[in-house]
Amino acid sequence: MGIAIKVENISKKYIIQHEKKSAHYETLSDSLIQGSKNIITRISHPFSHSKIEQQTQEEFWALKDINFEIEQGDRLGIIGRNGAGKSTLLKILSRITEPTSGKVHINGRIASLLEVGTGFHPELTGRENIFLNGAILGMSRAEVKTKFDEIVAFAEIEKFLDTPVKRYSSGMYVRLAFAVAAHLEPDILIVDEVLAVGDAQFQKKCLGKMEEVSKSRGRTVLFVSHQMGAIAQFCNKALLLDKGMIAQSGTVSHIINYYMNMSANNMSGFQAETTSRYKDIAIMKARSYDAEGCPAVNFVHNQEIVIEIICKINKWISGTEVRVAVRDSKRNVFTTDTELVMQNEAVSNELCAKVVIPAGVLRPEQYFFKLAIYLPNQLIFDLVDDALSITVVDGGSKYAASEGLDYGCVFVDCKWTINPSSNLIF
Amino acid sequence: MKNQENFQFTIEAGKSERHYWMDLWRYRELFYILAWRDIAVRYKQTIIGLLWAIIRPLLTMIIFVVVFGKIAKLPSEGIPYPIFVFAALLPWTFFANAFADASNSLISNSNLISKVYFPRLIIPAASVIVSAVDFMISFIILLALMAWYHYLPSWYLLTLPLFLLLGFFASLGAGLFVASLNVKYRDFRFIIPFIVQLGLYISPVGFSSTIVPEQYQLFYYLNPMVAVIDGFRWAISGGNTAFNTTELSISISVITLFFLVGVIYFRKIEKTFVDVI
Repeated sequence: MGIAIKVENISKKYIIQHEKKSAHYETLSDSLIQGSKNIITRISHPFSHSKIEQQTQEEFWALKDINFEIEQGDRLGIIGRNGAGKSTLLKILSRITEPTSGKVHINGRIASLLEVGTGFHPELTGRENIFLNGAILGMSRAEVKTKFDEIVAFAEIEKFLDTPVKRYSSGMYVRLAFAVAAHLEPDILIVDEVLAVGDAQFQKKCLGKMEEVSKSRGRTVLFVSHQMGAIAQFCNKALLLDKGMIAQSGTVSHIINYYMNMSANNMSGFQAETTSRYKDIAIMKARSYDAEGCPAVNFVHNQEIVIEIICKINKWISGTEVRVAVRDSKRNVFTTDTELVMQNEAVSNELCAKVVIPAGVLRPEQYFFKLAIYLPNQLIFDLVDDALSITVVDGGSKYAASEGLDYGCVFVDCKWTINPSSNLIF
Repeated sequence: MKNQENFQFTIEAGKSERHYWMDLWRYRELFYILAWRDIAVRYKQTIIGLLWAIIRPLLTMIIFVVVFGKIAKLPSEGIPYPIFVFAALLPWTFFANAFADASNSLISNSNLISKVYFPRLIIPAASVIVSAVDFMISFIILLALMAWYHYLPSWYLLTLPLFLLLGFFASLGAGLFVASLNVKYRDFRFIIPFIVQLGLYISPVGFSSTIVPEQYQLFYYLNPMVAVIDGFRWAISGGNTAFNTTELSISISVITLFFLVGVIYFRKIEKTFVDVI
């Protein structure tokens, strides 16, 4: 197997304009307004002129000295936090933007899928859009023609072929877009996050198609996703980007574990502001730990999650309860609470409440914890919204393929029994 | 793919030039399909559709005839005033639409630019093609007008494509230049209609070039559309209207300069489109 892509010392610099945060582009008046602002500042602070110049520009290295090689037939997963440089890397490899320095050698026809349905025109029909999108993705008209029936069948939109796509349901739209993309046959395919949309069944179909193409015909795939499950399932190698540099590369499971531990070092949990000290009862600190007692914010779905809350009791009121409410990005998932017990008032006026969320309950998602300390039906002493945030990642659950989709709030280990129906006793 | 060797290449900072012109050829199908898309979409969800391509120039012509021909009584060098105006309106409308569309084309296709690679030159070029199609349709009206006035064309008409080509390069050159500026400075969105409107007054659409005083003529010829419009009239009237080689050579030089500057500037800025659009 030869080398499909060889990246040598790639760097990409962006210039950030600090005064122009609101707009991506400048207008002449912006420059004029900026000019007059500077004059005013200069008049009102005549001795601080150096400050004005500092604010205008700042260099930002989205990528710095990236080096790696991809062999033909490899399926490389690229992971990293937002802003780690994943998208910039893909944009350079797909030639949308130029690197500031460095070289990339590419061996083979390359197609990139950075968005589903790029260039779809709402006024055009499904049929017309297949040709348009195909051409945009780099297929020749002859190629689209031979695969046309296959694409239509794959998208399941035969009936609406001559309807403008603006009348399509969003599901149909996405299916059609995927179908065109899935029938691309480049030597190297670059895919960015696109599988996050669409229904589970169809997503599976697409991943399956991509896998089939990659395995049977030795195609190289670069795949960016926030869904660790999808990466674990589809890729055979992975690359972890952090702050524009390659933090680690290797096998998928190694990289996913490394990624999760990486963020564990820089979180301090919740720390109350000084004003809380004067409350009778207050939440002072809170933190999340893994089962071994190490501070952690990233968990695999089959790990226990331990939440520790330090409360300050200046004036003891019996019957006080502490509560943890867990929510994801959309809704509250569950609430748990317990009554605080003051064992020995003399020793300390601080209490430590610990709660363990059992392994295999929270499904992969980001969670936020609301903490409260209160007297039931009477009084709230202290309440902290989003005091903590943790991320649960799929480490290969049964539902990994459906990641990102709404298959429920929690995993529940339900008991099933299967018997031949004739043996059932009523 | 069987001819994989053809697709080996290297991405390197500041060295995209080598592939560029080859890519332009390789992506020609995308060019056709983008031009086709713009044409197909142009009159979608309108009741009278393609008729707009006929009604708009026809109405403009009538207004010109009433204002300049009947009220101001400007001379029309011995040919029927409607034909006199329409022969000029054709190249001018083509230029104005092509220039405006090309100038805005990058911004209106920003989602394509930020998601897929292709030589960006394709986008403004494809949008000029759309105006060329509108031109073809309005040309039929001109033929109808000539038949109505029993005005027979001569062999001079065969030179018309040359003037159309000049108009094409004039609009593409200016369009490329403004389009690349427009990506960074959106002020041009407001400047473009202004240029188009002003251009109509300094080009011989409603009047004849013969009424321009002699001492200002060289200056007046610097507007490259003067020769294109005069040339159109000359070709249609069978050499009966004013047209000279001075204006033609000035126009060709100005258009060549425009086009070269347009392409060079576009190529220079092209690499940063994605980062600022």
